[in-house]
Amino acid sequence: MSAAAPMTSPVLPSLPADRLTRGLLVPAAAVAVLAVAAPFLGGYASDLVVKVMILAIFALSLELLVGMTGLVSLGHAAFYGIGAYVTVLASGDEGGNLLVLLVASMGLAALYALVVGALSLRTKGVYFIMVTLAFAQMAFFVFHDTPVGGGSDGIYLYVRPAIGPIDLENRLTLFYVVLAALAGTYGLLALIRRSRFGAALAGIRVSEQRMRAVGFPTYFYKLAAFVIAGALAGLAGCLVAARDGVVNPELLAWHNSGEVLLMIILGGLGHLRGAVLGAVAFTLLKELLSTHALVGPLADHWQLSLGLVIIAFVAWLPRGLIGLVQRISPEGSR
Amino acid sequence: MIETRELNTYYGDSHILRGVDAQLPGATAVGLLGRNGMGKTTFIRTLMGYVRPASGQVLADGRNVTGWAPERMARLGIGYVPEGRGIFPNLSVRENLVMAARAGVDGRRDWTFERVMATFPRLSERLSHGGQQLSGGEQQMLSIGRALMTNPRLMILDEATEGLAPLVVAEIWRVIAEIRATGIATLIVDRDWRKVLHHTDRAMVMEKGLITLAGGSAELLAQPEALAQRLGV
Amino acid sequence: MSDNADALLKVDGLTRRFGGLVAVGSVSLDLRVGEVHAVIGTNGAGKSTLINMLSGEIAASEGRIALERSDITALAQPRRALAGVGRSYQRNTIFAEFTVLENCRLAAQAATPRPWAFWESAARCAASNQAAHEAMEAAGLTAEAQRIAGTMSHGAKRQLEVAMCLATRPRVLLLDEPLAGMGAEETERMLALLSRLKASHAILLVEHDMDAVFRIADRITVMVNGTVIATGAPESIRTNPEVRTAYLGDEVPA
Repeated sequence: MSAAAPMTSPVLPSLPADRLTRGLLVPAAAVAVLAVAAPFLGGYASDLVVKVMILAIFALSLELLVGMTGLVSLGHAAFYGIGAYVTVLASGDEGGNLLVLLVASMGLAALYALVVGALSLRTKGVYFIMVTLAFAQMAFFVFHDTPVGGGSDGIYLYVRPAIGPIDLENRLTLFYVVLAALAGTYGLLALIRRSRFGAALAGIRVSEQRMRAVGFPTYFYKLAAFVIAGALAGLAGCLVAARDGVVNPELLAWHNSGEVLLMIILGGLGHLRGAVLGAVAFTLLKELLSTHALVGPLADHWQLSLGLVIIAFVAWLPRGLIGLVQRISPEGSR
Repeated sequence: MIETRELNTYYGDSHILRGVDAQLPGATAVGLLGRNGMGKTTFIRTLMGYVRPASGQVLADGRNVTGWAPERMARLGIGYVPEGRGIFPNLSVRENLVMAARAGVDGRRDWTFERVMATFPRLSERLSHGGQQLSGGEQQMLSIGRALMTNPRLMILDEATEGLAPLVVAEIWRVIAEIRATGIATLIVDRDWRKVLHHTDRAMVMEKGLITLAGGSAELLAQPEALAQRLGV
Repeated sequence: MSDNADALLKVDGLTRRFGGLVAVGSVSLDLRVGEVHAVIGTNGAGKSTLINMLSGEIAASEGRIALERSDITALAQPRRALAGVGRSYQRNTIFAEFTVLENCRLAAQAATPRPWAFWESAARCAASNQAAHEAMEAAGLTAEAQRIAGTMSHGAKRQLEVAMCLATRPRVLLLDEPLAGMGAEETERMLALLSRLKASHAILLVEHDMDAVFRIADRITVMVNGTVIATGAPESIRTNPEVRTAYLGDEVPA
């Protein structure tokens, strides 16, 4: 990537300075609020918030790839779906050990990511996008057309995972576990972002040629990011299986890969908060636009409405929701 | 007649053309000399509209055509033979030529398919060959022939003899002389400054994005030291 | 050719073929600390291919490159860079959105990568900061440390392009047209920088600006059609009849 074009605005994110604690204040506050509010949320609200939190983890995992490293993948749902299926398949009839299932889901998702990454990172640009899509489609068809995962109908999770006193059958417990996973993911990515590894990824995103010229073996950095992103997507997948109690091949479908990409674009690329905001906004939009009580007959055509809203966002807020936040408080986001 | 005034072109922040004033009069052969990296190709690309200048003007017959897209510039009657030839590798020789056939801006049809065949006998032997099956010299001739098929008023030849064998080079200069004889104006960039000056009426020398020497070709031929200083080491 | 026992980078018979085309044919040269060795040549001479082989971006078809007697011919670019071969590009490869300090620090980080230490802050890496400050100082950019790189002037950006090579403390510098698109004042500043760097580095300079080349180069190699036709001190190159012919054609005036 040539960096010869002149800077048009100094508001683009620079390398995060060492203001880790300052940057985490707002997210930490949000976690605290959610933790306190959890017992008071009704069934529908609680389910919705859990769904959003899981999608936020999924979105954050893609943000590592797209926003931080500059690798646009259109096949990220594969790792999400693999995580989900592994959780169900390994649970058996008695339900599984939460820790074991987490490790297995994340591990196998990471393994597939290693294979996909090793091969697709040999390509660049449009070819990379196409290859990641192809690998995701392969995984999709494995679950869709073979008996491995119960075919196109999917399979049910009979008993949700548990470990010791932590039983995900309990709605409140599930909420806290997902919240902890989200907080952990966010924290991990925040640390990575300010670390040498994260700085190297940022450099690769901006000018891979320069990174190689000073001595970074960029292929391995990209592969590591790809695998970590895959593992985190697998984490989200494991949790969504626990929440929904059922998995089907659509989890790996390309439009799921497309949706998570839309989420981080909507929220604002290059910011962890953007990924979370995007997941929240996208999910809420979907909910609102398909609620008859709010939009009447349009609710049946929510995909059309959603599409139009996204186009409007991209046209007027090219930096996503984070761009809106930055306009209000320029110091706000880094 | 094409003119440029104070033309400034950048690639990113790199300031390549630094205020170029040049004239290409009608029915005149003009040479553009200079070491590589000095801006000759950038000048041509700016003229043709492939690159937008940051400031300055390009005028055609007094009309401001600065920033006009290449296809509009071509329709003014400019036949461009680019460095690297740019022929269509997936089309046959015949197709490459026929697709460009057009009457000139003033309605003239001097250059027909038959005339191009007569000028480039080697091409007539390879009409059904695909573009990429041709040798370098044949591709160059095809590129020139294709530009001629548009019956231009001005032909721009950027390094038309580069990388070609001496016999082919001689043939290309012969064709350039023939083009000149039919009254088509030319702008010729070539490393062989002697040949350029012999085949042109006027010439300019470009150094670091500026014209530092210009005049009649015969005059410049009589100043070999001035040329050697700008073109040599 | 004089003895090159003190040559830091020694290139022997370097060749590169693309199918039937010989882009670079058996080029030999050496780079010594304290010297600027310029490579000039006409269009298509093979200079780009040569510098790409030296930096490790293209593999050589034949030949050997030795850095202080260590054979580095098979090393890919990142390893070669860490071994001590830095490269600047004709078009800037700086990180326009980061500050000058962040640019140099990130470049310097290559020497102490610690990618697994994700809990440590990159900005606080003492070794990288130290090397970055040294590189900025060597390039005269210390005053611009907090400036966003993309907002600087073209000349300053080109200086940063060179400064980033310095951050990993290489001993060999391969500079590809550092003066591209520069006016007189910017050229002066860049030449001053190269003069300063010369003392402790072995510099290869590919350039078209003949005035600049003849001012700064200690030795010049001339390439035509992929091969070297002359190597020597600037004055000998200037009066070399083969070189004159290469640039000006046959029957060159006296």
